[in-house]
Amino acid sequence: MSTEEGPVSLRDAPTRRLGMIEAINEALALMLERDPDVVIFGEDVGYFGGVFRATAGLQERFGKNRVFDTPINECGIIGIAVGMGAYGLRPVPEIQFADYIYPGFDQLASEAARLRYRSAGEFIAPMTVRAPYGGGIFGGQTHSQSPEAIFTHVAGLKTVIPSTPHDAKGLLIAAIEDDDPVIFFEPKRIYNGPFDGYYDRPARAWASHPDSEVPEGYYSIPLGKARIVREGEAMTVLAYGAMVHVAEAVLAEKGVDAEIIDLRTLVPLDIEAVEKSVQKTGHCLVIHEATRTSGFGGELVALVQERCFYSLEAPIERVTGFDTPYPHSLEWAYFPGPVRIGEAVDRLLGTG
Amino acid sequence: MAKPPAGPSRRGGNLPPLSLHVPEPQSRPGDAVDYSHLAISRAGEQPRPDELCEPTETHPLCLDLIRVLDDEHHAVGPWDPQLDPETLRRMLRVMALTRAFDDRMFRGQRQGKTSFYMKCTGEEATSIALAFALADDDMVFPSYRQQGILLARGCSMIEMINQIYSNRADRLKGRQLPIMYSARDYNFFTISGNLATQCPQAVGWAMASAIKGDSRIATCYVGEGSSSEGDFHAAMTFAAVYNAPVIINLVNNQYAISSFSGFAGSERTTFAARAAGYGIAGLRVDGNDALAVYAAAQWAANRARANHGPTLIEHFTYRAEGHSTSDDPGVYRSAREREEWPLGDPIMRLKRHLIALGEWSVEQHEVMDREVADQVRTANKEAEKNGTLGHGLHHPFHTMFEDVYADIPWHLEEQAEQAMRERRIKWPDWEE
Repeated sequence: MSTEEGPVSLRDAPTRRLGMIEAINEALALMLERDPDVVIFGEDVGYFGGVFRATAGLQERFGKNRVFDTPINECGIIGIAVGMGAYGLRPVPEIQFADYIYPGFDQLASEAARLRYRSAGEFIAPMTVRAPYGGGIFGGQTHSQSPEAIFTHVAGLKTVIPSTPHDAKGLLIAAIEDDDPVIFFEPKRIYNGPFDGYYDRPARAWASHPDSEVPEGYYSIPLGKARIVREGEAMTVLAYGAMVHVAEAVLAEKGVDAEIIDLRTLVPLDIEAVEKSVQKTGHCLVIHEATRTSGFGGELVALVQERCFYSLEAPIERVTGFDTPYPHSLEWAYFPGPVRIGEAVDRLLGTG
Repeated sequence: MAKPPAGPSRRGGNLPPLSLHVPEPQSRPGDAVDYSHLAISRAGEQPRPDELCEPTETHPLCLDLIRVLDDEHHAVGPWDPQLDPETLRRMLRVMALTRAFDDRMFRGQRQGKTSFYMKCTGEEATSIALAFALADDDMVFPSYRQQGILLARGCSMIEMINQIYSNRADRLKGRQLPIMYSARDYNFFTISGNLATQCPQAVGWAMASAIKGDSRIATCYVGEGSSSEGDFHAAMTFAAVYNAPVIINLVNNQYAISSFSGFAGSERTTFAARAAGYGIAGLRVDGNDALAVYAAAQWAANRARANHGPTLIEHFTYRAEGHSTSDDPGVYRSAREREEWPLGDPIMRLKRHLIALGEWSVEQHEVMDREVADQVRTANKEAEKNGTLGHGLHHPFHTMFEDVYADIPWHLEEQAEQAMRERRIKWPDWEE
């Protein structure tokens, strides 16, 4: 990992207001610039610049050897990334939607994740697989899934999910610099602005959000470190991705003094931040958009129960998507929005 | 079940009933063997197109069989690589060494020194002749029967046996099933065990080499059985699209464990013929003819190095032994298949060629066989000093938790502590 430039803090670096896509694009450009071994590829990422524009302008700037389109074959996209990593490159493949990652799953779970272990460190897979995930964009069942738990279950993979433009840039830089394979899921509902869960209210742009202030230049946010979004005493909320913003809005509206933790990295998890908070508040609410059964929330609930049981004053609450495919027309019935979260908060605090 | 839509042609019409074709091999245990369906071309009669030709020029060769050694053991035709006798003798020696190594390791497994072994008997030429044709720094992505490449590149047998015995000197720290070598210093990629995954990886490595303006090429191996996997077709697509400097070796040894090649599509066309569908060069070679394998590999390597892209090579051969130590081929195929295989044995054929050249003798061959057997025995003794599977002398306990990630995260540290506690209860006398 490069340490020649220390992380820049928001206080002293010049910043601009960026959306999440622009922040991701900037991180990619910066890493292409800094490290000649970084290569970027995926479906439509080259000339076109990606269906969400995350790689816009990169091919023009860095050439077709560094940024290029691929066949529609996720097994091949991840498979070549493993081989490139073995050569010594640092590939950053894009999977167009997390929903399409499954044909590449074997290459991730059986190959990338285990190269270092099975070769005792002779070969590694220093790749970062970027993929937009999550619903709330009327994407139907094949453009809305949140499959993060499947990847957290694989030893050897790291799973990272940003929730702001500031974090997206810093975490993506850290992920690319990391020598282990990183699954970098981007919450596409908040690509262009934070989302409070009230689908019927006007959309906000990132410019009005403090975390759209993104420092110029290089900085990285260490993987495995959570962010305290808001300090509070009444309860701990564990969330990531778009749900961080939904939780923030709902709890503010309910007037609950909640401590909201954006996990940022699911594996390795910042267990210290979780423990410290739950021990302080005695209440814990876990929120994710993904389906409920065997979701990452189950893991969080187990960890909190194992490690903070004697601090808990109420059963841990868990708010998730339903165990159905993501429905198209009933998207907002599926989405774990203000009503579902509000009920869980009331149960947790006995205020219902 | 949903009701089928109504219609005159659904049921009771005059259309013939459909029937499913499930492939059946030509013979089963106890049966006589008939190889008359195999079209074995005459040696020397296959044209050798220019290495920089259009891919289509190679496609007739995908339905043919490139052969150099004829029935009189002479090297004939345009594919004769014209190797000097010394190179031929070195190749023969590595092939004999590989066979002796396989025999010893197979016995080691039967003696309880390890859990598993896989021989490459009958297929030695497909890996060793290629290793001779490529540069030592070309990257190999093996399937699992290419131990001959490690031996050809001079890898220490002691190191290989340490891996097979999962002992304390195993450089893979006892983590991998026997024979799943990894040897970066010999440009030999870590063997997976999941089939065909190495194919797109080899293409990616080759693409990286091209991106960097390097001159090294990549090669991978896949069996005819696992060429049914999606990964193989992903590799072919990417290799074609990016014109990657890669040689994809498809070893058609007729069997995927018990399933004959018909279950991979051999009843329809050759495996090499798939090259045409992807628009890349393809060759089909007598895999028991070391000179033909060498010539095909050299052709493909020169082509790749000249930026003329990938080649698919089908090595037509026969798996003379079981799939692995866990397999008994006697229960699913006729024992006479091996005896009557029309393309003979690769070591015997190279030996007879050298004798025909006046560059070798039966006596020299016997001496060589004794020497390689001694070499293996000595290496085995040395390796056994480091332990055998299940007989102590493992790697330190904590290594189980290392290399999952570059650094050990908290949850693995906690699990390691648990394992250490268990160890003190389960094996109180354990020493590291």
